[in-house]
Amino acid sequence: MPTFEYAPAPESRSVVDIKSSYGLFIDGEFADSRGGTPFKTISPSTEEVLAEVSEASTDDVDRAVAAARTAYRSWSRLSGADRGKYLFRIARIMQERAREFAVLESLDNGKPIKESRDVDVPIAAAHFFYHAGWADKLAYASLGDNPRPHGVVGQVIPWNFPLLMLAWKIAPALATGNTVVLKPAETTPLTALLFAEVCQQADLPPGVVNIITGAGATGQALVAHEGVDKVAFTGSTAVGKAIARTIAGTRKKATLELGGKAANIVFDDAPLDQAVEGIVTGIFFNQGHVCCAGSRLLVQETVAEEVEAKLKARLATLRVGDPLDKNTDIGAINSREQLDRINTLVKVGEEEGAVRWSPECELPANGFWFRPTVFTGVSQTHRIAQEEIFGPVLSVLTFRTPGEAVAKANNTPYGLSAGIWTEKGSRILWMADQLKAGVVWANTFNKFDPASPFGGYKESGYGREGGRHGLSAYVTTGATK
Amino acid sequence: MSTDTDVPVTTPADVTDRAREILGVSRLTNRALTSWLHGLPGVDQVGAEARAASLGTRSIKTTSKAWAIDTAISMIDLTTLEGADTPGRVRGLATRALTPDPSDLTTPRPAAVCVYGDMVGHAKDVLGDSGVKVAAVATAFPSGRASMPVKLADTADAVSAGADEIDMVIDRGAFLSGDYLTVFDQIVAVKEACGGARLKVIMETGELVTYDNVRRASYLSMLAGGDFIKTSTGKVQPAATLPVTLVMLQAVRDWRTLTGQMVGVKPAGGIRTSKDAIKFLVTVHEVAGEDWLTNEWFRFGASSLLNDLLLQRQKMTTGAYSGSDYIADDSPSLY
Repeated sequence: MPTFEYAPAPESRSVVDIKSSYGLFIDGEFADSRGGTPFKTISPSTEEVLAEVSEASTDDVDRAVAAARTAYRSWSRLSGADRGKYLFRIARIMQERAREFAVLESLDNGKPIKESRDVDVPIAAAHFFYHAGWADKLAYASLGDNPRPHGVVGQVIPWNFPLLMLAWKIAPALATGNTVVLKPAETTPLTALLFAEVCQQADLPPGVVNIITGAGATGQALVAHEGVDKVAFTGSTAVGKAIARTIAGTRKKATLELGGKAANIVFDDAPLDQAVEGIVTGIFFNQGHVCCAGSRLLVQETVAEEVEAKLKARLATLRVGDPLDKNTDIGAINSREQLDRINTLVKVGEEEGAVRWSPECELPANGFWFRPTVFTGVSQTHRIAQEEIFGPVLSVLTFRTPGEAVAKANNTPYGLSAGIWTEKGSRILWMADQLKAGVVWANTFNKFDPASPFGGYKESGYGREGGRHGLSAYVTTGATK
Repeated sequence: MSTDTDVPVTTPADVTDRAREILGVSRLTNRALTSWLHGLPGVDQVGAEARAASLGTRSIKTTSKAWAIDTAISMIDLTTLEGADTPGRVRGLATRALTPDPSDLTTPRPAAVCVYGDMVGHAKDVLGDSGVKVAAVATAFPSGRASMPVKLADTADAVSAGADEIDMVIDRGAFLSGDYLTVFDQIVAVKEACGGARLKVIMETGELVTYDNVRRASYLSMLAGGDFIKTSTGKVQPAATLPVTLVMLQAVRDWRTLTGQMVGVKPAGGIRTSKDAIKFLVTVHEVAGEDWLTNEWFRFGASSLLNDLLLQRQKMTTGAYSGSDYIADDSPSLY
């Protein structure tokens, strides 16, 4: 019997220089926290401590917002062409240091190096390139009359795509002339701190970008700070609602990109082999830690068995393990907390009577791991069909007619994304029209481009990121008051 | 090679009976074949190419690379298909197949030597019962534009000269005009003329153009009793691309689910480097599965690929690159 074992092919860690401790990036310099309690960030694949990171106190938030306010006076008056030059410079440095970013991201987040290398870092750089191009063309972007920045933007981002979400937030804000105070997630602060070094390397004027690390309290202090003119948040719906309550009745604008429970809808005339790939990409990309993940598979009854068999055969070839191995398809769950949540919901799924299946695969002894998991026999009323699991867990439901598919797909408080698999173009257009989802993919899933607006309906949030729609969230228009 | 994988001799009636059973029809008509082939799930071009590209990013190092290089060498159909071929050149190629690397006798031998029909005897003289097969292209290769009696005589001639394997071409004109029954009947007839020789069916995917066509031609060839489905003659571009081979590997995998029978896959033309060959092996491994990772079920139709595999093999053994002067080659290009 032949065996084709893939020998370990680890990406070298030596490209990245992790410091033992990090300060806060305020006014162009790394500074010690005033009164915050430092915390450790670990590698979720080994539980190894990577570095000690500062917690920004309310004092620190004050300092960061003040620095951003001071910088705003000159940055907002800089010509668009000059702002664009800085963004182009940042984009190029990110490309030059791509390996460093990719390795650091995989270490701190647990995602496979092939994803950080081929998706996160290149698309993050692409966002800076894209928005650099807009910086001197805002008047022609159909945003309205006299587009101008809001002022200081407070941005809070999640741990699933630390660098990419940073790019989605910072690039449009800077291109439109705003200045930024950004808080990365407490479990994944390191690439944001490396990005701070890139800002220094690019000679970005001090205070234009400030990066403060910390947990929920720091985020709250930032969002609630009276010096902040606009809030941009990506994360859970619960926190999103809390932010909306905090800023209600203030002058603050907000864009919220929250949870999802996307339907990936496979019709019986779909290209089935590619649909199976799309299902895998939809829910197992980034360990399912994707707000727009295709966590509900809606498959037409006539091909349900065939799709299920093909899907299981495909899942058996997924390679789970060391995120730094170039052949790893599924990395580590980002934190123990998240692993606990996945375990809880999966247990609920079993108790509710859905059939659980996972391929055989060995998991490393240390770190946080979860096998790719498929639930069949799921119905709409099951909690695993309703709640966002945010892990590598797929719920399979069936439908018989396009109308039923639409009804089931829309029967959720969320509305971030959806996928349609069919060879019939007219059906794609009809479905896309019916689905209440901000992003609808046809015969593909989880594809991102800076030019394509991204955002949700219903409890998945409001506002768009990317494209001209994304720019409009960072400007105010009309006569100056 | 073991005898248990030798092709069971099946009659045209057997093949047609099985085809009728699979299609669920009492009489095999072009209409029945059309509705069956057109009822197969389509192939999304973007998705298929993206999947092939992602398999191409696997990083195969150290022990797995050594295994892959040896496996790839053992899967080569070492090929010369030139108007300028001579008995001497074919003997040279066959000799090379017996001792691919005279400086390292542990080097595996290629699976077969692939030549035109009139050269079969010369190859067989050298290869004898070494285990290295002789494959002959037949049926008015490469265009396939000849009458059936000529194609069958071409096949029978090669078999009687000692060919172990026959590489036939399908009638692409008939296929593209929707005359699937003609293509089916021709494959069945050639298969019969093969006797005990294994039949590889060349679909010339570069002329079929779409992946939907590649999938349909694969199913038609398997239905008609082909033992192998093969991408190309090597005379038409594009030849063996990774996505085309991926679609064919999905077809043989699904065919086994449907019928319980394995069919081999042979990409041919344009695979020149070890790096490329390893991408194909990764694709075989992750799409069709390990059962196909032997030269019974997977082949590379290639001429210059062997040189690069030997170069890489020497590099793995000695730790240093040598160069083409250290790769004994009796069949360099004439041009």
